[in-house]
Amino acid sequence: MAKEKKTVLVTRQEQLLDDVWSLWLGAGSMALEAGPGQFISMYSRDGSRLLPRPLSICEIDRDKEELRIVYRVVGAGTQEFSALKAGDSVDILGPLGNGFPKVSPDKRVLLMGGGIGIPPMLELAKNLEGVRTAVLGYRDRLFLNREFEPWGKVLIATEDGSAGTKGNVLDAVREHGVQADVIMACGPTAMLRAIKAYAARENIECYLSLEEKMACGVGACLACVCQTKEVDHHSNVHNKRICKDGPVFAAEEVEL
Amino acid sequence: MNTKVNIAGVELKNPVTTCSGTFGSGQEYGEFVDLGLLGGVVTKGVSNVPWPGNPAPRIAETYGGMINAIGLQNPGIDVFVRRDIPYLKQYDTKIIVNVCGKTAEDYVEVVERLSQEPVDLLEINISCPNVKEGGIAFGQDPKAVEAITREVKRHARQPVIMKLSPNVTDITVMAKAAEAGGADAISLINTLTGMKIDVHRRTFAVANKTGGLSGPAIKPVAVRMVYQAANAVKIPVIGMGGIMTAEDAIEFILAGATAVAVGTANFHNPRATAEIVKGIEQYMERYKVDDICQLIGAVE
Repeated sequence: MAKEKKTVLVTRQEQLLDDVWSLWLGAGSMALEAGPGQFISMYSRDGSRLLPRPLSICEIDRDKEELRIVYRVVGAGTQEFSALKAGDSVDILGPLGNGFPKVSPDKRVLLMGGGIGIPPMLELAKNLEGVRTAVLGYRDRLFLNREFEPWGKVLIATEDGSAGTKGNVLDAVREHGVQADVIMACGPTAMLRAIKAYAARENIECYLSLEEKMACGVGACLACVCQTKEVDHHSNVHNKRICKDGPVFAAEEVEL
Repeated sequence: MNTKVNIAGVELKNPVTTCSGTFGSGQEYGEFVDLGLLGGVVTKGVSNVPWPGNPAPRIAETYGGMINAIGLQNPGIDVFVRRDIPYLKQYDTKIIVNVCGKTAEDYVEVVERLSQEPVDLLEINISCPNVKEGGIAFGQDPKAVEAITREVKRHARQPVIMKLSPNVTDITVMAKAAEAGGADAISLINTLTGMKIDVHRRTFAVANKTGGLSGPAIKPVAVRMVYQAANAVKIPVIGMGGIMTAEDAIEFILAGATAVAVGTANFHNPRATAEIVKGIEQYMERYKVDDICQLIGAVE
């Protein structure tokens, strides 16, 4: 019964691209509990928008007890969030879901992020101890890429070829011959499907962070299910809940 | 101050329950709310065998509401009896099990399985708009409503609540049909069939194309139907449809509901149910109401 929706203060917000924003929240104890790959639910102040927006955690500052959310404006709810300024308050719930698993320091980790799937990979990159390569895929304009640089090698792929490899994240992996023991990825479903196939072919351990439209965010409403190979423990079918059982799954566990 | 209400001989400590499908079997919201504060917990619909539900996306937000087409995903009665009933038994609240099926035999099988379980009330879902064969097929024809009610009643040990669809021309006809079939209570409204189209992608917002509209956007429709139904039958009515606050709950009670259920509000505020319980007490204090039953149908 400890959990509740909390009103927190915005400490700062900046615009990274036309439609991509970076928001720091004074999240208090939530920042201490959070781990890479988890998300928060953020609520609109407009009563016509009832459902919280699930937003992945980009960075955790445990000293200041702050959480950073980097999100794309895709509708009226995220548009509202983009107007938040330092000192404004916002209601959030979290941290929610299961993040990325711990990895032994002797493993070489390949992090792959596509588009707005890039932000959760940053906190993950900071938390890994071994050799890590981040491969970031963009349509055209870059964001957050410089912030990955202190934490390992960074490769870029752009669809239009304006930076790095022309193509997708796997094209960049092949071009540079990146070797890895573990893959961790977040991005569009088509990208995750290709990564899952690549990992299976190369026999690499692989974890994927999925997204889906959510209502409750806590595992009750069964809106955000994904198909799974095995029967799930909650509903006894082949549907795991992305919000509660995920959002991070072992690649072989899910059907994409 | 008395907040207790009576549904078919079962006393609820207060009139606040949950809407089936929005609250699981209580486990997830048990982390936010002491379930012992609630009059009752209404479970997600349970069928004789596991149901996988519909493809995703299963929900979409709409103005003041949401559309869902979950498709009654549930683990089936075996897992439910083994896992969910013992969980709910830990709390001092009434257990109301929502039952779904595709055929009369499906409903009867679940109802019979529950007859030996510590369940207080059964709610029979004949109104889910998202499952083709089952649910609503029984809920839009008064003869079918009466027949399925009679069949369930023949096998049920616990009192039976029939959950009615608002997707009908005259709700009083359906309410009377349930009463004629021997229902001990009725609950309404289930969701209104709706549709949302994503104009940027030019696709349906939920994979099922249509879904059930819920939330405060539908509340005036729900209050009207609860009022009409309560005036058409003698059995108790459980009112629901867009309740977000204690004042919303009181509105349904004044319209004739003996108890209420909170659904979509849980997604907006995981503590909504407990806050509504508290708010009803505050309303009673403010207006010096000694007994909540004085408010039932008290609109003038």
